Amino acid sequence: MDQQFLGLFMYALSLATMFGIYGVLCLGLNLQWGFAGLFNAGIAGFFAVGAYTTAILTSPESPHYLGGFGWPPILAMPVAMLLSGLIAWPVGRICLGLKGDYLAMATIGISEIIRLVLKNEDWLANGTMGISTVPRPFESLGQPWGNVAFLAFVLVVMLIVYVALERAWISPWGRTMRAIRDNELAAAAIGKDVVRFRLEAFVIGAAVMGLGGALSAMYFKFIGASATEPLLTTFLVWVMLIIGGSGNNRGALLGAGLVWFIWSGTELLTNRLPAEWITRSSYMRALLIGVLLIVVLQRFAKGILPERPPRRIDR
Amino acid sequence: MEALADFVNLYFLPGVAVGCIYALGAVGISLIFAILRFAHFAHGDVMTFGAYVAYSLVASLGWSVYLALPIAIIAAAFLGVAVDRLAYKPFRKSPGIIVVIASFGVMLVVRSLIQLIWGVDVLNYETGIRKPIELFGGFRIAQKHIIIILVSVIIAAGLHWFLSRSRMGKAMRAMSDDADLARISGIDTERVVRWTWLIGGGLAAAAGVFAGINSKLHPSVGWDLLLPLFAAAILGGIGKPYGAIVGGLAIGIAQEVATYPWIADMPLVPPAYKNAVAFFVMVCMLIWRPTGLFRGRVL
Repeated sequence: MDQQFLGLFMYALSLATMFGIYGVLCLGLNLQWGFAGLFNAGIAGFFAVGAYTTAILTSPESPHYLGGFGWPPILAMPVAMLLSGLIAWPVGRICLGLKGDYLAMATIGISEIIRLVLKNEDWLANGTMGISTVPRPFESLGQPWGNVAFLAFVLVVMLIVYVALERAWISPWGRTMRAIRDNELAAAAIGKDVVRFRLEAFVIGAAVMGLGGALSAMYFKFIGASATEPLLTTFLVWVMLIIGGSGNNRGALLGAGLVWFIWSGTELLTNRLPAEWITRSSYMRALLIGVLLIVVLQRFAKGILPERPPRRIDR
Repeated sequence: MEALADFVNLYFLPGVAVGCIYALGAVGISLIFAILRFAHFAHGDVMTFGAYVAYSLVASLGWSVYLALPIAIIAAAFLGVAVDRLAYKPFRKSPGIIVVIASFGVMLVVRSLIQLIWGVDVLNYETGIRKPIELFGGFRIAQKHIIIILVSVIIAAGLHWFLSRSRMGKAMRAMSDDADLARISGIDTERVVRWTWLIGGGLAAAAGVFAGINSKLHPSVGWDLLLPLFAAAILGGIGKPYGAIVGGLAIGIAQEVATYPWIADMPLVPPAYKNAVAFFVMVCMLIWRPTGLFRGRVL
């Protein structure tokens, strides 16, 4: 009985932790798409850069790959963000003056290149085998309290990002961003540097995605080439943001929680199916996510919590 | 002479074959962009669908893959029309980037359907190795490459006739120049859109089948080609079908030729990084000439 309760408790903890990680990713995408209207098709790439940076900086030494710096995780996180942002910068610099489709194509490209590098350069990150010795903060507290403490840590990080983005939304910076998104010409006409503002949103958003990757590497204690697969990052995060409500930070978090709950809930259901159905059911779930994305876009494009313009300031 | 023959046999001619595959896919992307003004991300998965339809005929009826090709083209053409009706039509009046997100969803749907129906194993159209055909003076070409190149040339000629001579082709070019003007001069724009999907989907199927013949068949065969396809479309000037043919050939040849040991004995670009060549070309074009070689549309 006790054991069963512990099992349930651990499951709830993992659900909540994943919600926190996806919440961070979703907030990063909201900054790019919701605030600035930038289509990033390569979330997986920026996520992977953050995750691998953390893994390499914090894991103990190994003869198989670069690593052994043994950094404390809290220091690795800003570096992960910095590196993701640094990779986003040239991409944004090149594409943000052009039509949105070009950014979409270039982000697909950069995430594909990142995937190729991580898969082929064994010396860097052990290739397809991955790095499986990433330390998780608060591990020494044991189960379940170590997990509880890590969950709290993830939620605090998520909350910090959320508060920062909420502030940004009502600030002149956020208002400018919306102006550029909704009418580029008008914003340029009143003297706003359109490309610079977009670049800021794109780079900071990518850095936040890198932060999500860092948290994920610590949580799973493992990062491998499968992390660069777009299904569980790029696609799922897009679905989360669109369903939750793009342009609304709370919507982004709601979408992250709701979609992750459905996603892992269906896994629980399908695991009861006979063995030959289990592999098929994962494609059923991907199908479901795809259909959901199209239907929501067609019928409820504003999402559950629609965007709310920041309050007017009357002089 | 021997070195030249090696270069042509092992790098250049395979590059031309790969280039034909890219060209067929990129033409569809460019046409769809010209008519509907959005980058179709699910194009790779339409290719994969066509390739698997052909596989079904090969595996169940024992057909030759080349006999199955027309059926695959027809099936993917109708998939294109169906996808447009169900997924993209409600977005005709929305900003283009919303449709791109929808095409993301379509990509997921088509790929998971393929995985559900055909599984995820790596498949082959035919087993065994065929001897390459001797040309002259040490030059050789693989049979599959001859067929890929010849059929691609025939398809390109047909496409040229269609776009330059047929009424629908002219309507298509009119709509690509100015959709509103085309509409008020009495062109049935929805019919043009349907034809765009028929042609784009059909060409994608041909590209997918050829990609399967050229190497192997697996559910992400089209997704893996998406980056070079976009690079080819941008190189040729997005929205320009003829440009896409040139762009596809250039990217395909560049990718293969880049693995030649130009300096010392090592390949200049390791084969695993072929797609990086496409990305490099894409980035260079976006920096210096985003309209592409043939002055495509919209920045």
